Amino acid sequence: MPKMNLSHFEAALLFSLLASVVLGVVTKNTDRERLHYGIYTFVCFMLALFGIGWLMYLGHG
Amino acid sequence: MASEKNQKAPVEMRAWAPVIALGWLVPGGGHLLLKRTGRGVLLLVAITAMFLCGLMMRGTMFTPQGDDLLTVLINWGGWLGDFCGGILYLMAIWLGYAQPDVAGHVHDYGTKFLVTAGLLNVLAMVDAFEIARGKKS
Repeated sequence: MPKMNLSHFEAALLFSLLASVVLGVVTKNTDRERLHYGIYTFVCFMLALFGIGWLMYLGHG
Repeated sequence: MASEKNQKAPVEMRAWAPVIALGWLVPGGGHLLLKRTGRGVLLLVAITAMFLCGLMMRGTMFTPQGDDLLTVLINWGGWLGDFCGGILYLMAIWLGYAQPDVAGHVHDYGTKFLVTAGLLNVLAMVDAFEIARGKKS
């Protein structure tokens, strides 16, 4: 099996994308709601990723 | 009389047990069994992709062991997460996947990908269970 070498950002992006798909599919009742929720969770993942990333950068000094 | 009619009959176990079993074995399998093809395929692709990425990142599979409470919690919890991956976990073990725990962010992400794939499969199983019981469409 080939080895996958990803940066922190790439791995977190891939994780967010795949988790958002599943969370969108299993959560709501209509396809429209599922799509919106999937996008919403992906945006939340991205905000957390960049927010916590900047916090760590600034906190590190 | 009217209240008796309004009461929902309990859904028999044989209606949802195969859905749960197939949902565990094959990610999205419960949805496919219930003719929710689109959602089933999406779950199958997303969960399988997450598990395969975990393998390609050389993530570690947990084994149920440990001495102190924290180690037991981490190892048993991690193993349970891995095990919920169903056939993906079983195939990886049967084919001899045994990655030692090594340092490095890629390996660490891989371990998390493997566990999360199993946990997302649990969510898919719960969703399939609710569909089988008629609580969701």
